[in-house]
Amino acid sequence: MSTVIATPKPGKPWTATPQQRLITASIYLGAVLVSFTLVAITPMKGKLAYFVVFFFSSLLIDFILSYIQRGMASAKDAIARGFVSVGMTLAVLPIFSILFEVVKRGYKGLNINLFTKDMSLTSVNDPIGNGGLIHAITGTIIMVAMALIVAMPIGILTAIYLTEIRGKFAAPIKFLVQAMSGVPSIVAGLFILSAYVYPITGALSGFAGSLALMILMIPTIARTSEEVLLLIPNDLREAGVALGGTQWRTVALVVVPAAKSGLVTALILGIARVAGETAPLVLLTGGGEKVNLNPFDGPMGSLPIYIWKCFGQGTEESIARAWSGILVLLVIVLALFISARFLSERKVAK
Amino acid sequence: MTLLENKPADIPAPREITTKPRVSDKIFRGVVTAGGLSSLVILGFILIFLAYQGYDVLKAQGFGFITGSAWNVFTDESGNIDYTQTKFGIAAMLIGTILCATIAVVIAVPISVLTALYLSFYAPATVKKFMIAIIDLMAAFPSVLFGIWGFFVLMPSAEYWAKLLHKYLGFLPFFDMQVPVYTRSPFIAGVVLAIMIIPIVTSISREIFGQTPLDRIQAAYALGATRWSMIKAVVIPYGRSGVVGGAMLGLGRAMGETVAVYTVLNIVYQINWQVLLGAGGNVASMILLKFGEAGTGEIKALMAAGLVLFLLTLVVNSIADLIVKSTGAKGR
Repeated sequence: MSTVIATPKPGKPWTATPQQRLITASIYLGAVLVSFTLVAITPMKGKLAYFVVFFFSSLLIDFILSYIQRGMASAKDAIARGFVSVGMTLAVLPIFSILFEVVKRGYKGLNINLFTKDMSLTSVNDPIGNGGLIHAITGTIIMVAMALIVAMPIGILTAIYLTEIRGKFAAPIKFLVQAMSGVPSIVAGLFILSAYVYPITGALSGFAGSLALMILMIPTIARTSEEVLLLIPNDLREAGVALGGTQWRTVALVVVPAAKSGLVTALILGIARVAGETAPLVLLTGGGEKVNLNPFDGPMGSLPIYIWKCFGQGTEESIARAWSGILVLLVIVLALFISARFLSERKVAK
Repeated sequence: MTLLENKPADIPAPREITTKPRVSDKIFRGVVTAGGLSSLVILGFILIFLAYQGYDVLKAQGFGFITGSAWNVFTDESGNIDYTQTKFGIAAMLIGTILCATIAVVIAVPISVLTALYLSFYAPATVKKFMIAIIDLMAAFPSVLFGIWGFFVLMPSAEYWAKLLHKYLGFLPFFDMQVPVYTRSPFIAGVVLAIMIIPIVTSISREIFGQTPLDRIQAAYALGATRWSMIKAVVIPYGRSGVVGGAMLGLGRAMGETVAVYTVLNIVYQINWQVLLGAGGNVASMILLKFGEAGTGEIKALMAAGLVLFLLTLVVNSIADLIVKSTGAKGR
C-alpha cells in the first residue's frame, strides 16, 4: 500500500490577501473622493490642496480602520507608515522634477552644432542653432583630467595609509579628510587665487581651475577608496605576507589589484563630484568663448561656466542654451554615475 | 662531483630574523604617509594663505569685520584702500548664511529622517536598492543645476507656499513682513538648499539606523511591538545623536553653498530676519557677487570673508563628524 503524500504548497501567509488589497485600494479611492469633494466645496485650490487633503484623509481612514481591526497600537503604526511614505515621496519628488524639466527644456537646443562649434562668433540674441559648446566640453575634459592626475595618487595613497598602514596619524587624517570634504567650493577657489594666481602667474587660466577641482576631488576619492579597501578580506593580505612578500609587494600586487574596480569607481565618483563645480571656475578660469587647448595660457571655458554665463545673459535664446548645456552636463554626470554603479555591482557579484 | 661538495664557506649564513621593515617598505611607508598627510598640508595652506591675504583687512577692521554690516570702499588717488574710512563688515551676510542654512536644515531633516526610516525598515528590497541609487545620484547633481531648476521651476511654487505661510502663520515674528515681495527670498533659498542636503542627511541617518543592534530590534518584535513602537523604543533612542550629527553635516554643506544660493537669492546688504522677504545674503554668494567688480584691496576683504566662512564650516563639520563617530562607536 503506498500512500501518496501530498506535499503542501509553500504559502506566503505574511503577504496581503486579495481582501486586504481591496481594502487598501478602497482606502485610497475614498481618500481621492474626499480630496476632490473638499477641494470643490472649500476655497482651497491647487495641486498642494489636493495633495494635503489626500494625505490627511487617507491617513484618517487608515487610522480608523486599523483602530477598529487591531486597536490603538496598530492605528499609531498606520499613522507612522503614512508619514514615512510621504517623507520618501517628498525626498525623491525633486529629483524626478529636475530630470523631467531638464529634458523638457533642454532637448530643443540639441543639435549637431553644439558639439562642433564654440561661442566665439555668437552673440546672445542669435538663434539657438548658432554656436555650440565644444569649447566648454574640451575645457571641462582638460581641467578634470589634470585635476584627476594629481588627485588620484593623493586620494588613493591617503586611503592606503588609512587601511594598510594605520599609523599613528590614521585618526587625525581620517578627521581631516572628512573636514576637507566640507570645504566650500568657493573657499577652494579663493585659496588657489591667493596661493597660485596672484603670487605666481597673475593671470587666470585653466590650470588654476584644475587645481581648485583637485582640492575638491581628493576627499571624495580618498573616502570611497578607503571604503573599497576595507572590503578586501584580510585573508588576502595575510596570504601575501605569508608568501614572503613585503608590505609594499602585498599592497601593490595583491590588495590594489583585488580592489581595482572599486578604485575605478572611486575615481569616477570623484570626477562626477567636480564635473559640475561652478564657483571656483568662475573665480579662476576666466571662462573663454573659444576652444583653448592650453590650460596654462589664456581663459578656458567649461560646461558649468557656459551654463552660468548663458543663464546670466537672460535673453530667451541664452536661457535655452543654458538648459541644453545643463542637459549635456546632466547626461555626463548620469553616465559617470551609472558606470560607477555598474562597476561596483560587478565587484560584489564576483 | 665537485658541485655537491659542501665546503663550509658555501653555506649561506642564515638570514637574520627581524621585524624591521625592508628598505622597500620604508620607502613605501614614507610615500604613503606623505600622501596621507597631504590633506593636512592642503588644509593648513588654505588657512595660511587666506589669513595672509586677509591680514590687512582683518587688522584694520578688527572685530568689526564680523560684527559690522557695512561694506563701503574708499580709495585714495592711487587706487589704494583708505582704511580710515573704508568699512568692511560681514555681519549681514553671516546672519543670512545662518538663516538660509537653518531653514534648509529645518525642512530637510524631517524629510530625510522619514526617508531613512522608510529605506531601513519599510521598503521592499528592490524598491530600497532603487531608491538608494536615486538618492545617491541626487548627491552627485551639480549645484548650478539646482540653482537654475530652483529659479525657473521651484520659485513659482515656493512663492505660493510663502504666501500661504504669511497668510496663516503671519503672527509669528519671522513670517511677518511689511513689503509684500516674495520673490527670491531666504525662504526659497532655504528650500533649494534643503533639497540639496537631503541626500547627505538621509545617507548618514540610514547608516546610523543600519547600525542599530539587530538583537534589540528582534527583541522588540518578539515582545509584540508594531513596527512604529519598535522604531520609537529602539531605533530612535539609539540613533538620535547620530541624526543630530548628520543634520549638522547638512548645515555645514548648506552654509558653504555658493552658486545655487546666488541664483535664487536676492542679495541685499542688510540684516534681514524676515525669511519670506525677498532680500538676504550668504557669505559664499556675496564673495562671488563682489568678486567681479572688486579691486585689489577689496579682494583682500573677500579673502578675509572666505577665511571666516572656511573656519565656520570647519567648526560645524568637525563637531558633526565627532557626533556621528561617537554614535557609531557606542555599538552594542
